Amino acid sequence: MVDFLTPSRRGVLKGGAAVGAGLAMPTIFSSQAWSAEYLNKPTGDTVTFGFNVPQTGAYADEGADELRAYQLAVKHLNGEGDGGMLNTMKPLVLSGNGVLGKKVSFVTGDTQTKSDAARASAKRMIEKDGALMITGGSSSGVAIAVQSLCQEAGVIFMAGLTHSNDTTGKDKRRNGFRHFFNAYMSGAALAPVLKSNYGADRKAYHLTADYTWGWTQEESIKNSTEALGWETVNAVRTPLGAGDFSQYITPVLNSGADVLILNHYGKDMVNSLTQAVQFGLRDKQVNGKDFAIVVPLYSRLMAQGAGENVKGIFGSTNWHWSLQDEGSKAFVKSFGAEYGFPPSQAAHTCYVQALLYADACERAGTFMPCGVVDALEDHEFDGMGNGPTLYRGADHQCFKKVLVVKGNENPSSQFDLLEVVQEVPAEQVTYDPAIFGGELGECNNGA
Amino acid sequence: MTTNTRETPQGDMVRFGLFTVVILAMPIWLMPFGAAYPDLMQKFAIYGLFAIGFNILFGLTGYLSFGHAAFLGVGSYTAVWSFKLLGMNPIPALLLAVVMSGAFAWLIGFISLRRTGIYFSILTLAFAQMSYNLAYSVLTPITNGETGLRVLNSDPRVLDHMMGAGEVDGPLVTNLFGMEMSGLPGFYFCAVWLLIGMYISFRIFRSPFGLMLRAIKTNQTRLNYTGISTRPYAQTAFVISGMYAGLAGALLCVTDPLAGAERMQWTASGEVVLMTILGGAGTLLGPMLGAGIIKYSENIFSAFNEQALHEIFAFLPDGIEAAVVSVAGLFVGEGWHLTLGLLFMLIVIFLPGGVIEGGQRISAAVTRLRGGGSGGSSTQPQPAE
Repeated sequence: MVDFLTPSRRGVLKGGAAVGAGLAMPTIFSSQAWSAEYLNKPTGDTVTFGFNVPQTGAYADEGADELRAYQLAVKHLNGEGDGGMLNTMKPLVLSGNGVLGKKVSFVTGDTQTKSDAARASAKRMIEKDGALMITGGSSSGVAIAVQSLCQEAGVIFMAGLTHSNDTTGKDKRRNGFRHFFNAYMSGAALAPVLKSNYGADRKAYHLTADYTWGWTQEESIKNSTEALGWETVNAVRTPLGAGDFSQYITPVLNSGADVLILNHYGKDMVNSLTQAVQFGLRDKQVNGKDFAIVVPLYSRLMAQGAGENVKGIFGSTNWHWSLQDEGSKAFVKSFGAEYGFPPSQAAHTCYVQALLYADACERAGTFMPCGVVDALEDHEFDGMGNGPTLYRGADHQCFKKVLVVKGNENPSSQFDLLEVVQEVPAEQVTYDPAIFGGELGECNNGA
Repeated sequence: MTTNTRETPQGDMVRFGLFTVVILAMPIWLMPFGAAYPDLMQKFAIYGLFAIGFNILFGLTGYLSFGHAAFLGVGSYTAVWSFKLLGMNPIPALLLAVVMSGAFAWLIGFISLRRTGIYFSILTLAFAQMSYNLAYSVLTPITNGETGLRVLNSDPRVLDHMMGAGEVDGPLVTNLFGMEMSGLPGFYFCAVWLLIGMYISFRIFRSPFGLMLRAIKTNQTRLNYTGISTRPYAQTAFVISGMYAGLAGALLCVTDPLAGAERMQWTASGEVVLMTILGGAGTLLGPMLGAGIIKYSENIFSAFNEQALHEIFAFLPDGIEAAVVSVAGLFVGEGWHLTLGLLFMLIVIFLPGGVIEGGQRISAAVTRLRGGGSGGSSTQPQPAE
């Protein structure tokens, strides 16, 4: 104990010097890190994009397709391959030699569809790999979490597949942009089609995934169907990834409802729809009408999972590979040549986002986030598969055509599962940015 | 453990001093490994703390808790609520988180510790899954469900407003009297708590209380026959390790003010068990090492993609390169779990005492080589207990 209380002078000096050196070290790093005019300013001949997608978990299928699209986008930006949508995009300043003369490189990460993991992975890309822009995500919860991280860190976030109104509503950020459509647009586009097919006198029952996306979609669909004259009998929240939905579907049979609206996505939608069909809901007659099921947000990957059960079921999507405009055809062609099958809507939105970011940098003449924000706000473009599109400056949301689709009754191939019923023009789904609240705040350069 | 009788206070001080230097110098020596960026170093420190606390329960008493992530989650939610209601200063958040998770651990420990062995593990697992499901759906008003709990500009933050720092233009970041707790300052803040936690763990290991906990692991029945009630000791160890977990959870929120329910999932509970066993259960430094290894592979291996592999193996001839890359590709990227699983298997089979045992074997071999045959017998690893 005596030795313990009276350490030798040499020991104290040694220990003190070591601790001092350790404590002084961070100042060396921080002084370098914060001296640039913006965070991660590229100094070499490459610029790094961060592709943060779910590689494991419930949305892994979408994530894999997103990653394929990003790799294709990088190829096209660097002038390899056939150029894809770079041939159809208007206006266009990119010339296929990278961005601002720098070759595009990328890093990837796994979000695991968890906010924690997604943020850790995005932080790694920003802090270690020097990524200037983070893009991806296949869940609104993750997108919102990563978007606010990018705002705090001072890089640009180009949202991938996220459909919640909150992403560019309540939780919008100046550094974040979304090309994908949202729940409000789904409701506005679907309502007239539902009215013409099912009439104005219906009783709807909602099953809703219990998180930000489900909540906003339920609200939007409720609002637009109630405006038609429909009545909402009940809205039940189901936990994400429940697997077995039978306990939620049984009460529907006795509720007096004649329409079931499934606010589910990914594997949840595959399971709930399959079970609803197995319970014989679609063969029933309620209130003298045929019972109907509606899936407001559809994707081809989900339709593939649900198989036969999707036939004749209405929903909406952002994009579909069977569209015949120049941009879609060019993208489907180069994606198909590369991977051997058509791209999903997730792949499309991610590909477009990567190109739009690169184009905005080129137009702004800098990678500085605030410059890119200025270049993207109120930017109008065409030839990207959705017709003339506006990146609205007030909430960083794209306004473009929305597709109303129906499960194909006679599919000609395993990819031909959805049939486009109507291309709803952008005016019909445009709304006042004030209705969702939220503040964009100031743009952040991170330095 | 037979080694503890040989430990001297000076030996411990030297070891703790070395540990301090190694931790504080992380930004330097992690550079060549590509891990010297703040977020990962923060994770090292935080999960190291979590594992050290878990080791006080599992390493000393042998009670295998499969629900420690619940305390991590309770600490996180408490910390974020403290940010929301009181302000962005991390100190009250940490204190509240430790108190809350301690109370929660007392409650769960009070019930679970009535059983031992596998029954205890299952009970703790059940409690943790219950907490997870509560946080995920039932308690959505408190936890904000899947979306996760965040600090908003409209929150009360009473202390901040009292000090006139209530209105913030930019993002809300925790700050310790004006110092922002992100990046390297955030890491050093976590590192200081890790060192405090490590020091307490040193003291517990060397104390009579620690000896009693080891006795519980060795033969609880015999202790009971000699008239000693072991429950209070096990209960105390459980609460202490719960408090460590709560502190770690709060630190996660200090460096990144967001709490999500997935932090409480059973996979997170399993992860801390892996960390402790990988590094060496019952040793002082092992859990910290294990936490480092797991977090490193999670963040670095998962980021390797085919492009990176092609760069690494570019020196090989084309045909062989493609084959090597396709095989190696299985173990990185989304396949990093496979790498971790293999590593875990190898360690458990060949080094049951974890990485620490590997280190001891190497150093024993080195001494044997240096000192010749004479000292051989004394450095032979001895059977535990």
